[in-house]
Amino acid sequence: MDDIVVQVLIMLVQVVVLVLAISTGFAYLTLFERRLLARMQNRVGPNRAGPGGFLQPAADAVKLFFKEDVIPTLVDRGVYLLAPALAVIPALLIWAVIPFGCLNIAGDYQACFADPATNPNLHNIFQLADIDIGVLYLLAITSIGVYGITLAGWASNSKYAMLGGIRASAQLISYELALSSAVLAAVMMAGTLSTHEVIYQQMTMWFVIPQLLGFVLFLISGTAELVRAPFDLVEAEQELTSGYNAEYGSMKFALFFMSEYIKMIAISAIAVTLYLGGWNAPGLELLGSLMTGMAGPLVGSIAVGLASFLVFLVKVVLILFLFVWMRASWPRVRYDKLMYMGWKWLLPLALLNVAMTAVFVVVLPDALIHSVALFVASLVVMAVAYVVSSRVKPAPSRSRIKMVQPEVPRRPSS
Amino acid sequence: MFGELLKGLQTTLRYMFRPPVTVQYPDVKRPVRERFRGRHELKRFANGQERCIGCSLCSAACPADAILVVPAENNLEQPTSPGERYAATYEINMLRCIFCGYCEDACPTNAIVLEHQYELSFYDRQTSIYTKDMLLVPPDQGHGEIPPILTQLGDKRPSPPAQIDL
Repeated sequence: MDDIVVQVLIMLVQVVVLVLAISTGFAYLTLFERRLLARMQNRVGPNRAGPGGFLQPAADAVKLFFKEDVIPTLVDRGVYLLAPALAVIPALLIWAVIPFGCLNIAGDYQACFADPATNPNLHNIFQLADIDIGVLYLLAITSIGVYGITLAGWASNSKYAMLGGIRASAQLISYELALSSAVLAAVMMAGTLSTHEVIYQQMTMWFVIPQLLGFVLFLISGTAELVRAPFDLVEAEQELTSGYNAEYGSMKFALFFMSEYIKMIAISAIAVTLYLGGWNAPGLELLGSLMTGMAGPLVGSIAVGLASFLVFLVKVVLILFLFVWMRASWPRVRYDKLMYMGWKWLLPLALLNVAMTAVFVVVLPDALIHSVALFVASLVVMAVAYVVSSRVKPAPSRSRIKMVQPEVPRRPSS
Repeated sequence: MFGELLKGLQTTLRYMFRPPVTVQYPDVKRPVRERFRGRHELKRFANGQERCIGCSLCSAACPADAILVVPAENNLEQPTSPGERYAATYEINMLRCIFCGYCEDACPTNAIVLEHQYELSFYDRQTSIYTKDMLLVPPDQGHGEIPPILTQLGDKRPSPPAQIDL
């Protein structure tokens, strides 16, 4: 009885700390993005509030809190009010299964690096729930977020918001397939859906090497899933003012903003977990044994926990840097091209990757050999895709308006 | 196509390591040009007397009708300015002023000069009217001698040319 109470209490503390940490992470991601973007555009960026702009997120939050909370007259009131929550809650839920470190409070760092199947003595407080279907859960929860966006667009009763919402749902549903297929191949490599076990399987080699194609596909479709540049058609300012959140203001807008950025961190964390070895880095185990030898098993496991969290953070920030970098560099894709790419390139390539992985894993049982084979195959497939895509003519316009060549009168030849 | 994408990434990355072109304004103030036309100043002669003789030519020249001059007779014992009259009231509405510098051109004694101060902002319209106290330079910052034509009080004197060469 007491044991259960203690466990529930620990769980509650974990949840509260996690949600607060993610909200802070979101706040500082906005600052990170704004400053980085500014530097890439030869500007300084927000640096007035606090040293180096450190308090800018707080200033933004205060400003948004004190904005007047307007509900337009003609909106569908219930759905309108519910939509921001529907957007932000799944974004927070994603984090339940992501291991962002490994701190075994049982006081034995070795459990982090041991085979989870034979060593159940792991109580990692840096992961909320290590469920057997972790990756499936991730895919399911990331997809639910589209409801918030669609309903926001629909309930706003405005054509801009409506078009933004429709675009968003079409885009998310299209890229969901490529994303899941890319993830599927990584899961096949690991042979498990548990996120902790996926990381354990990458102790010898990160999946980014055998799953190079999958990683690239994951990044592309992940960017589309986040509706970020260059796939941010949903908020194409020129055509749609700001898309599905055009009718939202004050904290309700902030919630949409928050869900987008939390999802951005989450997709980065998923990429790190599935492809870049998660919280693990070479040398962590050595650190654990050194600290255990010097100061006992508890200190050892805490040291490993903090170091692994740091490693995870560095990897996530690298991926976030990539997202911001892409936003600074590339223009927006045209809408039909986006659909064209999603259905005609990413999905077939992802399916090919799944087939390839399945065949190689079964035919070549040795992990190292099939990893190298898959790496080579990935490179070949990408090269072929590049050559083919640069030769394919663009799809013919289906517009009914025919472009007519003006007739140039010919000069009679003498 | 991928080459172009990489080129874009490369460009932004290169720019990231360049110093920003931003001038951080309230901290760093770039010097203005010599002939920059900023806020007006009412000048003085070297002996501390005001240059303005209350002729209202600046007011007449002003295309925006921003200047108000109310002249008054000088007290002969303690003259405010050389000559017969001085400006009892001198006001410029900075919301109307277009900083064209015509007042400067019109002034026969070079009393009004557009200087380099450009931070002109107000919380209400009343404070946008700059009075004589605000425009006048301190008494110890005068320059130049009084031209003789302004000291020939009461004599029969020729009418002054439009611009006295001071």
